[in-house]
Amino acid sequence: MSKRKATYASKVKRATHMLFYKRHTKPGVKGWELRKALGSDYPKVLKVLDDYLKELDLKVQTVFENEKSVEKPSPEQLDKARFLITLRGQLTPKEAKMVGWRIDDLAGLAIAVSHIVANKGKAPRKEVEDLLREKLPDWKVGPNIDRYIRYGYLTQDESEQLYLDWRTRAEVDQKALVDLLLRTEA
Amino acid sequence: MQSKREREKQGREEIVRIISTCKTVEERSLDPFLVDVDESIKTAREYLPDWKIPEDLCLDAETIHSIASVVKLQSEWVKHRSTSLYTDPFLLQEKILHMDKHRLVATFAQVWRPIVEFEQISIHSIMESLQYWINLLPLDERWKEQPPLEVQAGQTSRDELVQQRILREQMFSEELAGYWKQLKTRVAEKGTGSKVSYWGFVGADTYEETVDRAFMTAFLVTYGYATLEIYPLEEEIFIKPNEKPETKIASTQLVSVPIPIPVEDWQKWRRGELK
Repeated sequence: MSKRKATYASKVKRATHMLFYKRHTKPGVKGWELRKALGSDYPKVLKVLDDYLKELDLKVQTVFENEKSVEKPSPEQLDKARFLITLRGQLTPKEAKMVGWRIDDLAGLAIAVSHIVANKGKAPRKEVEDLLREKLPDWKVGPNIDRYIRYGYLTQDESEQLYLDWRTRAEVDQKALVDLLLRTEA
Repeated sequence: MQSKREREKQGREEIVRIISTCKTVEERSLDPFLVDVDESIKTAREYLPDWKIPEDLCLDAETIHSIASVVKLQSEWVKHRSTSLYTDPFLLQEKILHMDKHRLVATFAQVWRPIVEFEQISIHSIMESLQYWINLLPLDERWKEQPPLEVQAGQTSRDELVQQRILREQMFSEELAGYWKQLKTRVAEKGTGSKVSYWGFVGADTYEETVDRAFMTAFLVTYGYATLEIYPLEEEIFIKPNEKPETKIASTQLVSVPIPIPVEDWQKWRRGELK
């Protein structure tokens, strides 16, 4: 193995450890942490890792700070971005249960996310609660929204407005969700 | 006919109502076109000539600001509706309400890519934790109450206080008189006329001593033991001792003259570049 290949192989291993194992309260690693550990060519290392993960139906996901996606990110934008490992393909509803979610809770999350997306990224908490109350028992509605906030799917401001948070940006294809819901026959 | 006071009261109520409507639209993400902008501006304009006190004028400014925010929201609303990303929330709501939870989850699972993360302990972290445990003191030792330190009251001498820089070696008035005497001697030895240059007097071997002398010189001038002569064009400052302390308080308008003593100037003075 050439020296260059060996260096990259060792960097890919190090990146795998950093990305798969939880280091902070929030999962994932910031770009600047990767740069510090792997060097300034860390985007190349992540590209190699992403190619490896393709066969396992996983991918390296980049979540840019306060933005949905960036076409050609600058080094500064990459440094501030969060890198995570996510599923590349799709989960079946059965598999979704294995991830640790009850079907009710997952349906509630789908409703909350799609409602916020349809309302230009923000909606009053009361409105979302009313919507969830149509399908969930009353006592579950409040705690469920609090759970979505705790996990990082939603965030709430002081005037009780709900917004999408970093985890939704990392995990959910928002436009596809709304399109699919609208295409569904009632 | 409506009295002036009644008209003002009615105007305030209407203005406050406009502000409140605008805020509600802004905060609750309601349709911004619910606000009749033309009518609101007309109302604000109608009452503007009646406002005399600053509070009413501020209220008027706030109204215009709130209306401007609503106009901005209207513009964003139109822009959003014209993009392909626009989805009618009511249509979506209807769809959601008519779907059962299984279909909802099946749809969500198609667009959901959950994050993969492991939480696993390694041999290295076990060893590190063990080492930490070995080095950790038992709780009764860590939380042992420390008895309060006993401090014996004692006596101190004036010399000790001087050493600790709590007291000065001489009384302030004595020290000031000493400086006054020094100034007169310096003028007699090196002065031009009856004065000496400021740096010629305050400058000393160390920077700290220079600052100390500048500090005392300020008091010499304030208490009337000396006078400053400043020539701004030539950038020269002279200090002139008075024969007797002269107090000018209440006789003339006193001015403060800040004279900076930067290290660079002291170094220049040491090299003989500053007179």
